[in-house]
Amino acid sequence: MKRKYLATPYIIWVVGFTLLPLITIGISAFTRDNGTFTWSNILAISEPINRQALFFSLAIALGCTLICILLAYPAALFLKSFRFKRKGFTIFLLVLPMWMNFILRILAWQMILSKNGILNFLLGKLGIAPLSISNTWGALMIGMVYDFLPYMILPVFNAISDIDEDTIEAARDLGAGSMAVFRKIIFPLSMPGMLSGVVMVFVPAMTSFVIADILGGGKVQLIGNIIEQEFMKSMDWHLGAGLSISLMLLVLISLAFTMQNDMEDRGTTIW
Amino acid sequence: METNEKERDILELKNISKSFDGKKVLDDLSLSIGKNEFITLLGPSGCGKSTTLRIIGGFVRPDAGSVWFDGKDITDLAAEKRNVNTVFQKYSLFPHMNVEENIAFGLKLKKKSKSYIQDKIKYALKLVNLEGYEKRNTTALSGGQQQRIAIARAIVNEPEILLLDEPLGALDLKLRHDMQQELIRIKKEVGITFVYVTHDQEEALTMSDRIVVMNRGIIQQMGTSKSIYDEPQNAFVADFIGESNIIDGIMLRDRVVEILGVKIPCVDEGFGERETVDVVIRPEDLEIKPVECGFFSGQVISVLFKGAYYEIKVRTDGYEWVSQSVNAPEVGSQVGLYVVPDNIQIMHKPKSEDAEIIKE
Repeated sequence: MKRKYLATPYIIWVVGFTLLPLITIGISAFTRDNGTFTWSNILAISEPINRQALFFSLAIALGCTLICILLAYPAALFLKSFRFKRKGFTIFLLVLPMWMNFILRILAWQMILSKNGILNFLLGKLGIAPLSISNTWGALMIGMVYDFLPYMILPVFNAISDIDEDTIEAARDLGAGSMAVFRKIIFPLSMPGMLSGVVMVFVPAMTSFVIADILGGGKVQLIGNIIEQEFMKSMDWHLGAGLSISLMLLVLISLAFTMQNDMEDRGTTIW
Repeated sequence: METNEKERDILELKNISKSFDGKKVLDDLSLSIGKNEFITLLGPSGCGKSTTLRIIGGFVRPDAGSVWFDGKDITDLAAEKRNVNTVFQKYSLFPHMNVEENIAFGLKLKKKSKSYIQDKIKYALKLVNLEGYEKRNTTALSGGQQQRIAIARAIVNEPEILLLDEPLGALDLKLRHDMQQELIRIKKEVGITFVYVTHDQEEALTMSDRIVVMNRGIIQQMGTSKSIYDEPQNAFVADFIGESNIIDGIMLRDRVVEILGVKIPCVDEGFGERETVDVVIRPEDLEIKPVECGFFSGQVISVLFKGAYYEIKVRTDGYEWVSQSVNAPEVGSQVGLYVVPDNIQIMHKPKSEDAEIIKE
């Protein structure tokens, strides 16, 4: 059997589930109901309500990515210090929630954060006044970070694990304390892993709408929510498709911006 | 020679012990290192030489004992605070930095001025014969070049001791010989103490002022290259430093030893009467003679051309001897083996358990 036939299932997959939908979306985005060409669906992104949703999405995605980075490094360094056996088990614990249904996990957070939920119950036991986190930006952020954190920890952990112990010892030998070792050796050498993590966190965070629906209680309108509504509620596929294309271009541009310093020498990213 | 180099001890290890996972790696090791000395820790893998180096570098904490530097106890001082730098076996250059940034690493941490750092980089690259390599990417350099950069990176910090952990182990033979000469030259130019770790006895003999032969976490012998080679103190050292014929003997009285039932004159005295001893004869000291002129006679079983000499194996009743000679006898011929009394070394048998490894 010729080797190129091995790619057949993949090609069918790509054509059927990526290329064709993309073309359909593209055609919808640039046409009206009567089939004539228009830019208006694409340009709709600049309408105030959409612009604001886009801004919220961007802010949320950036915030979520940043928090994930801040949490992932200590976690990855902590994991690295473990011995082999415990390391495997800890990573297993980390990945375990990913095997559960995504909606279920978010619904669980809704319960935890709700007015009479577990969090307020525990706070009450400690004599602290109940918080109303439910249906706020905070709830949304907690849900997103919870959901996407493993996608940041794993690549960062892998990148850090790949750093030779000798390299770190060499840095210490030359006078670098723990902070300097992190700043000058571990952080720069784990950049490719972190950037992979950024792609895997930022993109879904930027386009998500389910978390906002459930944890934001409908108060928070992200660009994903608006696109969803155009498709599912207003049934305006042309506008939905136009906004989708705009969003996709924006994500691609921001990724290109993030990756540009990493393009030349490493092949670990999507470029 | 030894006394004048050791005018002042810069580093002292006192009664160091270290175990990993219950296995004793260093056993009550004490060692003084003189200022400006080129000292080599030599031994087979697992003998504790690298651990000793890592204890000096501050990467391993001894279970017992202390490390003294210039009269101060530095046992608990972190690696980054010691005025000691290491050249690692795998070079361990920083892959995300070019040559210049690698060399400047330590100096930048010490907040030296830009012009000072530039001067130092220039000087160091000149020292290791890599002028003009400032902007090169380290990953594009050859093994030998990477090791030179690693040396430059350590030297610019002006450490009082440079630790070298089998730095030439990854290089091919020719390059290794060149680098040995380079290291001796660099050592002379910068005038600091070198503590060198290797399992290559030839390397140790070539470069060192003093060699410390180690086995099983214990120092077997310390001394100049010549004294270690000429007067090994036990069979392990004799076996490890160069090739040797090591054979059981019985000391009949002073200056007479019996080997394989033959009485042979030697120059050693002070052993117990009929004490069982190890007798060491270097291959180059074992002379091939006509049968009637030798202590032993045997058959030549192989002759190997080694360049400057032939390596000849002779089987006698009870032992297979190795000799080196510029003349090759015929394979299968009967020859006599002779050794002058001065070239016979007699050693006490090592105590109990150590005996097994030497004899294997």
